[in-house]
Amino acid sequence: MTVARFWRETLRRYNLGASKCPECQAVFFPPRSVCPNCSVHRKSLTKMEACQLSGRGEVYSYTTVHEAADGFEMQVPYVLALVKMAEGPMLTGQIVDVDPKDIREGLPVRATFRRLRADGDDGVIHYGYKFALENGAAAKK
Amino acid sequence: MKAEGVGIVSYGTYVPRYRITPDEIGRVWGVDGVAMGKNLNIHSKSVPSPDEDTITISTEALRVAMTRGGIDPRDIGAVYVGSESHPYAVKPTATIVAQAIGATPNLTAADFEFACKAGTAAIQVCMGLVASGMIKYGVAIGSDTSQGAPGDALEYSASAGGGAFILGKDPIIAKINATQSYTTDTPDFWRREGQRYPSHGGRFTGEPAYFRHVTECGKGIMASEGTTPADYQHVVFHQPNGKFPQRAGKLLGFNEDQMRYGMVTPWIGNTYSGAALIGLANVLDHAKPTERILVVGYGSGAGSDAFDLTVTDNITNFDRQTGTPVQQDLDHGMTINYSIYAKFRGKIRLSGE
Repeated sequence: MTVARFWRETLRRYNLGASKCPECQAVFFPPRSVCPNCSVHRKSLTKMEACQLSGRGEVYSYTTVHEAADGFEMQVPYVLALVKMAEGPMLTGQIVDVDPKDIREGLPVRATFRRLRADGDDGVIHYGYKFALENGAAAKK
Repeated sequence: MKAEGVGIVSYGTYVPRYRITPDEIGRVWGVDGVAMGKNLNIHSKSVPSPDEDTITISTEALRVAMTRGGIDPRDIGAVYVGSESHPYAVKPTATIVAQAIGATPNLTAADFEFACKAGTAAIQVCMGLVASGMIKYGVAIGSDTSQGAPGDALEYSASAGGGAFILGKDPIIAKINATQSYTTDTPDFWRREGQRYPSHGGRFTGEPAYFRHVTECGKGIMASEGTTPADYQHVVFHQPNGKFPQRAGKLLGFNEDQMRYGMVTPWIGNTYSGAALIGLANVLDHAKPTERILVVGYGSGAGSDAFDLTVTDNITNFDRQTGTPVQQDLDHGMTINYSIYAKFRGKIRLSGE
């Protein structure tokens, strides 16, 4: 990923920047400039409101990754999940600091700020959201 | 030094989940790890995940502080991050942290470096900016993911964690009555540019370095404030291990009760720039109105920063539960073995590296 492309996405990767339709109140992540739900799309044009997701949600579905993507070799096996956010949008993200056998659907999670990847030893480091279990229940001794 | 009316508005901490014991480290290097842990008074130390660094730890700690204090990011006028493990040599940690809490662009930001006391130095700078009226709130963070060379004595203590403090005038949960520093050129611990692990002067890190600076700075601030150890309910020292702060406390005349909440290193290890700040956070987690706190940080190279604080009535209604209270981090963690630790800390090199 180029430096510029990632930089353009920092608002949503760092702060879960989303958009909200003033007509039907639906929240979108990543942000949309038009609401696809409203029957007359034009009504939302230029009226979509910027907002921020709370970071709270629950595990909708998940998988355990054993064959890592580049840059994730040190983290296998790790959990990748679909997270249903409190505001409605569904996000894909890694669940950190959890034993894969402790994960299940419906567990409450919160967004956490982590390193996503680095462009080699001398390139830019990319940061953004991942998810951790709410209250870290599974992490307790 | 005094900064009239300035105090702590909010605070937050972050300690990685993973832990390793001295016993496990000693097992790998053929050393009696149990004895080593007992000698250092360290039961376990925190270990960051491969995707955690000083930037992520600082951000998590500050987000807790922002939520607890109900702070509008636009009111933050300065973000300073003190660390000796900034991920970039050139590119500030503070800009990423400030962006991640939504405080950019109308603020000043910079990274501080002074071994383990860079975070307390950041507090002093924020005190000046707030007192002068240049900013409403200033953020001072001390955070590290430091490492000791494999097999070195430092490997038993060097850990990861951070504390974030928001300084301002209103509403404050703890007033900073005064601050004082004691600084000399003392080469007790260093890391040359480009070197992976730090070096230290062995026994030299004790008497002429840690103990001299901490006790002189502690005595100095008590002399200027006209106080004695009996005037403080809590005391926090920089804690490179669990033994040094105990001895410093005794040398200054404090008892174990006063040091109880300020001691965190025995359970999470030496979080370097975060150590004294996480200790202070644990004290604030338990503090009551009117209680007085003495904090004496230390950074190799060398210097100490001391703070005299008084807890205000606002602590009663302050949210101390959002995020993870320090005690929870002291009590819980996921214990890993040395193999996983070595993988997480980049001590294993993959082919092609």
